[in-house]
Amino acid sequence: MNWETFFDKWLPKMLDGAGLTLELVTIAVIAGLILAIPMGIARASSKPWVRSIPYAYIFFFRGTPLLLQLFMVYYGLSQFEAVRQSWAWTYLRDPYWCALLTMTLHTTAYIAEILRGAIQSVPSGEVEAARALGMSRVQSMLYIVLPRAARIGLPAYSNEVILMLKASAVVYTVTLLDIMGQAKTISARTYENEFFYIVAALLYLAITIGLTRIFRFIEHKLRVDMLQGR
Amino acid sequence: MRHYKKILLAAAATLAFGTQAIAADKIKLGTEGAYPPFNLIDASGAVVGFDLEIGQALCAKMGSECEVVTSDWDGIIPALNAKKFDMIIASMSITDERKQAVDFTEPYYTNKLQFIAPKSSDFDTEEASLKGKIIGAQRATIAGQWLEDNLADTVTIKLYDTQENAYLDLSSGRLDGVLGDKFVNWEWLKSEAGKDFEFKGDPVFENDKIGIAVRKGEDDLRNKLNQAIKDIVADGTYKKINDKYFPFSIY
Amino acid sequence: MIDLQGFGPSLLAGTWMTVKLSLASVALGLLFGLLGAAGKTSSNAFARFLGGSYTTIVRGVPETLWVLMAYYSTVTALNYLGSFFGNPELALNPFAAGTLALALCFGAYSSEVFRGALLSIPKGHREAGLAVGLSSLRIFWRITLPQVWRIALPGLGNLYLILLKDTALVSLISLTEIMRAAEIAKNGTKLPFTFYLIAALIYLSLTILVMIAMHFFEKRAAQGFTRNEV
Repeated sequence: MNWETFFDKWLPKMLDGAGLTLELVTIAVIAGLILAIPMGIARASSKPWVRSIPYAYIFFFRGTPLLLQLFMVYYGLSQFEAVRQSWAWTYLRDPYWCALLTMTLHTTAYIAEILRGAIQSVPSGEVEAARALGMSRVQSMLYIVLPRAARIGLPAYSNEVILMLKASAVVYTVTLLDIMGQAKTISARTYENEFFYIVAALLYLAITIGLTRIFRFIEHKLRVDMLQGR
Repeated sequence: MRHYKKILLAAAATLAFGTQAIAADKIKLGTEGAYPPFNLIDASGAVVGFDLEIGQALCAKMGSECEVVTSDWDGIIPALNAKKFDMIIASMSITDERKQAVDFTEPYYTNKLQFIAPKSSDFDTEEASLKGKIIGAQRATIAGQWLEDNLADTVTIKLYDTQENAYLDLSSGRLDGVLGDKFVNWEWLKSEAGKDFEFKGDPVFENDKIGIAVRKGEDDLRNKLNQAIKDIVADGTYKKINDKYFPFSIY
Repeated sequence: MIDLQGFGPSLLAGTWMTVKLSLASVALGLLFGLLGAAGKTSSNAFARFLGGSYTTIVRGVPETLWVLMAYYSTVTALNYLGSFFGNPELALNPFAAGTLALALCFGAYSSEVFRGALLSIPKGHREAGLAVGLSSLRIFWRITLPQVWRIALPGLGNLYLILLKDTALVSLISLTEIMRAAEIAKNGTKLPFTFYLIAALIYLSLTILVMIAMHFFEKRAAQGFTRNEV
């Protein structure tokens, strides 16, 4: 390995890849959180028919590999002429949007389950207290249950972010140049697979450790540890 | 309550069984299996195609027993060097970059690089008119490399794990054109999926020599292969295989 | 058997391969997990350091990369190792490399589950064992492990479901499991959506089977224990 070429030519490309990886993961976990809120609330409902509505969705996305979901969206949907003629094709023809869509749909299913768990572990006495004070169902959900659930669910959510970061390594298979894509493309020219895999591994590791630190800091600020017991 | 014992036993068995060595007495042919008509996997799971028939003919000439192993394309050279197999017969172009990693036999056929695009599009291979187009190629091929070396600032290059996936994206309209090996493109244009597409312009790169790769320094195997290539060309075996796939000679 | 344009049997064979791969990985992974947990709960600082680094590093790098590295980057080491046993060609085939990589990841996550379970076993049990004259090893084998097993089972079941989906990544090193079988069928038929959907249904069926099996095992392991104790 020539270190000068590495620092001048290849490392900047790897860092570009890290930028794309971070961008995809950040957007996916934020969009996923927003989509997951109604789903999580429905899943925690006391009425069985409400609970069952998001179940099929969650079961599908948690029960199949992300790689397969990505291929279904990217290569699969283009099998249909109707999809290719529709407005959606403007976005679906772009691997970036396909990856983002798949990652968001995937993580939404996991976050919804995290939210369900968190909502269910909010002590029922608190909800009853809110209702006794004259809050409506919606109010007690918004002001009492969700803020409490957010703190209870934060450690699990931060875990999910890390899992998504690692899962995102499959997007290179649809031509995106994320960390993995750059490592593959560079080693296709240099035949230094072992070396560039290790560079990629170190980049992922650095991002994971960085993200973990950030989440620990937030958890500490929010005193999440005080709330973990029931 | 004895599950864990069974599991530990199973784990030990896996360790012992999993690291089983690859026996070294047979010659292993490495190929990709997603590059019709040269190498592809049929419904029964068998690897077939021009490369395979040539490989088998060479093995027969050398009097060796051969076994076929598949590998993803961009890992195929590392896999050869990792001794996952002993030679690559997968329509691999002989390039200087690759020669730093592996040794090549004499060429067993000659290819060209040529663009394909929809019949309906006025796709011109002049650099000026290519501007802004999205062009696909397979990763770690000379087509991909040619695009990066010659058109990196002109077109958007999309690199695929397999040639098949590049074609899928050409038919779905994600790509404006594909640069690839002429004969592989020729085969695809003949197929149902390729009927609305055609060659555009002249080949951009001629005299692309295709060879069999072996690990560096394995001159014994390389010399035997060179001799066998000469022999199958001389005795007509090569022509027979050629004619099965192409109505013209590709040697 | 449904023919599926001739690709039915190969998909079935792929399914069997996925099952074998996941079982082999979980067997080896449990061993890694127990070792990791033993390290982390050890009184020896160095063992704790080893256990901790193992989890941090393995969990910080994508499974995709572990699979690729297990296949391509173990060669030098194994050839060296093999030369001691008179077989310098020793190398991992895709199955073994996939097993190793998935087991490594399963081990890192399960060591956390085991650690939690180990810590939840009352000290008195160990002391009782010592009092009746059992050796440390026997206490671990006869008293600690059976209880750990019961407590850890639900967590391990979830990890197994994750592992089952991660087996799809081994398709990237050319092991013909479900994902690659679908990929081959897609190349042959040019019907991507159809075959990815079939693959998805196979994964979902396997998930259901595992969930049923988990329920059975958990019930058996919990024999003699009341529910609220866990």
